[in-house]
Amino acid sequence: MKLIATGNEAVAYAVLDASPDFIAAYPITPQTTIVEALAKFKESGKLKATYIPVESEHSALSACIGAGSMGKRTFTATSSQGLLYMAEMLHWASNARLPIVMANVNRALAPGWNLWADLSDSLSQRDAGWLQLYVSTVQEAYDTILMAYRISEDPNVLLPVMVNLEGFVLSHSAQPLETLEGCYLEPLDLPHRLDTGTPHTLGNVASPNDYFKLRRDAENAARKSAKVTRKAEKELFELTGRAYRPVMEYRCDDADVIIAAMGVFAREAEAACDILRDKGVKVGVARVRQFRPFPEFDFDGRLIVIDRDYSYGCGGILAQEIRARTGKPVYSVIAGLGGQDMTYKDFVKIVIESREEGERWWGID
Amino acid sequence: MRGGGELIEIRFHARGGQGAVTAARLLAQAAFMEGKHSTAIPFFGAERRGAPVVSFCRVSDEPIKISSAVCEPDFVVVFDARLINADVIKGLKKDGTVIINSQVKVNGFISVDASGIARSLGLVRDNIPMVNTAMLGALARFEIVSLKSVKSAIKETFDERNAIAAEQVYREIIL
Amino acid sequence: MLRGNSACPGCQANLALRHVLRACGADTILILTPGCSAACQGIYPDTCINVPVLNTAFAAGASTAIGVAASTDSNVVVYAGDGATADIGLASLSFALEYNTDFLYICYDNEAYGNTGAQRSGTTPYGARTTTTPGGKRQHKKDIDSIVCAHQIPYMATAAAAYPDDLYRKVKKALSYKGSKFIHVLTPCPTLWGFPQEKSAYIGKLAIKTGAWVLYEKDSGKISISLWSKNILDKYLPLEDYLKAQSRFSGISDKDILELKRNMNESVKRLVQE
Repeated sequence: MKLIATGNEAVAYAVLDASPDFIAAYPITPQTTIVEALAKFKESGKLKATYIPVESEHSALSACIGAGSMGKRTFTATSSQGLLYMAEMLHWASNARLPIVMANVNRALAPGWNLWADLSDSLSQRDAGWLQLYVSTVQEAYDTILMAYRISEDPNVLLPVMVNLEGFVLSHSAQPLETLEGCYLEPLDLPHRLDTGTPHTLGNVASPNDYFKLRRDAENAARKSAKVTRKAEKELFELTGRAYRPVMEYRCDDADVIIAAMGVFAREAEAACDILRDKGVKVGVARVRQFRPFPEFDFDGRLIVIDRDYSYGCGGILAQEIRARTGKPVYSVIAGLGGQDMTYKDFVKIVIESREEGERWWGID
Repeated sequence: MRGGGELIEIRFHARGGQGAVTAARLLAQAAFMEGKHSTAIPFFGAERRGAPVVSFCRVSDEPIKISSAVCEPDFVVVFDARLINADVIKGLKKDGTVIINSQVKVNGFISVDASGIARSLGLVRDNIPMVNTAMLGALARFEIVSLKSVKSAIKETFDERNAIAAEQVYREIIL
Repeated sequence: MLRGNSACPGCQANLALRHVLRACGADTILILTPGCSAACQGIYPDTCINVPVLNTAFAAGASTAIGVAASTDSNVVVYAGDGATADIGLASLSFALEYNTDFLYICYDNEAYGNTGAQRSGTTPYGARTTTTPGGKRQHKKDIDSIVCAHQIPYMATAAAAYPDDLYRKVKKALSYKGSKFIHVLTPCPTLWGFPQEKSAYIGKLAIKTGAWVLYEKDSGKISISLWSKNILDKYLPLEDYLKAQSRFSGISDKDILELKRNMNESVKRLVQE
């Protein structure tokens, strides 16, 4: 089916096509239209899943953990404060090795109250054990939700996956979307699901030695997920012709300067890249799509990293990751916090005014 | 480039509740029906009735990469003439067009009585004429998309009267 | 429940769980929140519970059950302490009950945060000393039962580990209903309450005999006082007998005892009137 849809509608269509067994969610701007769309699908009989509108995000994820432990395919969605209200259960889901898929609509954290795009919510949870993917178009939101199930449910992974899309600028923007008809996913087979026929206990007291081993297993799974993700990308490419990589490269081959960014900013930066190329500046854009596990990041050019997020006292979070991964100096630009609009002209200016290393708060410094 | 040579950027100015976001989306839908690339971008957070709001639409023959606010519009569409101030025409391209919903002619702008047309068709909510579908007819007049596509896009969501409103506005504009 | 759990001697919480599981049978999935019963289930990979057990977070007993209940036809039973029920988990419990989730929620009430070493909870009674109310709690026990009943669920009951037959019967009855069921079990704790471990059953019975705890059930909206409490409604032993047997009430003033009695009488009156 080809249509015009918003990012949130694309997520809802993807969930419909993933055919989950269980959905629990709680509304929060700008995620709300996802849960509303799912409620409509449920009402019309298109969506077969049990759909429970619980009283909080903490309960939403807890309920998914309950259903997930029974071996069911689950989905939830949240944003910002809601994601942080889930924080305890985020770790629970990954430590319990449950393949839950969640859409997080990136929004700034209060105070002051701000409903607009900002990646600080999900990036603050980067160590929660969830695989994190960041999308930049409506189509990619749809494709990535489906791929997320493929990745998380792989027996070598069994970790939850968070698919992130920016609030309003993507969640509420309408773009062309092509959906698949029906579900291409295999049924979920969770080896440790609870079963009254073979009773066992999940999550009871673990000695330091056992605990340590369990964490090591999860770490290995997260590492292995990279390979599984490549497989999922390949499969989707064969189905749709749409190609995804952990780092989406745009004109990077001969670039002297690489702009690294996530989400919609990276696409906007591609437009800047074209303008700069016309002026003879060899720029490329590396869009980080897969944030956890953090992918290979190997470029020859000078690095400009755009962060729509910040870790007080430590700088932009993507800049930190890239610095750690490459060991190279980084020109770090903090931009777009709380939905501050950034145009391709801003990105042109950023490149022109950039230095080898340093940090700049765009629009203030 | 920003997503293709023939990129047309449209900015809608309206009041909360007048359906500017829907208008942008319907325009994107109409362009999509013609095989073009299009995006509709709302610029809102908490929606409040009556407050000034903007929304954006981009139409192009090639995929569109930019999702920032439209700062240099080719077209500005104003749903309520009382909204006209410097912000409304800010960044308008040199050969850009401003279309306003007004009973009286405003110098330099294309004026259409969309409110009158909406009222005559009964497109009224809480005593306020709903002009968002009608105003799309004006954009069709400038061939961003065809009238046919606009009408089909409108009819996917709204009743026939809205399509008629768009057509009447289309016919009212003489270029 | 198998032999050989790691509960303290005289633990009524695990004794009650034994009877609950006996009543539930093998076709049951048990959900535990952090607390004594979770700590006593054994250390991974061992367990003393021979039905599937899902451990979940402190506030998440009821909400986890929502997901489990949606995924199975087996009995879904939450066994959670008073802190997990009346304090941190109250919001999620409230939703699960309002939604009439098909499950049985059992609150074992030792009237304090036991597993962390006797801190005050919402259900700690007036005058009782805990490590966070060293001078005695100045607020009354939270009436979680009325809160639960306000959700108009099909079945609610109180019980006590000291009366296992009554508990067993109530669990069986609860499981015969579809929708949300709630049983509130008094489980005296020698460590928290300060009495000799061999006196657990004695203290539990004394709670009923003095009217400090009333056994009743609310079945499809109708309250009936259960046998052991009904027989003694007008001939309670002095409350002082119960208080004096526990060091948590040592040093309680006469004025506070009067206040406790006033509150207790009101609760009983309300129950009988209903």
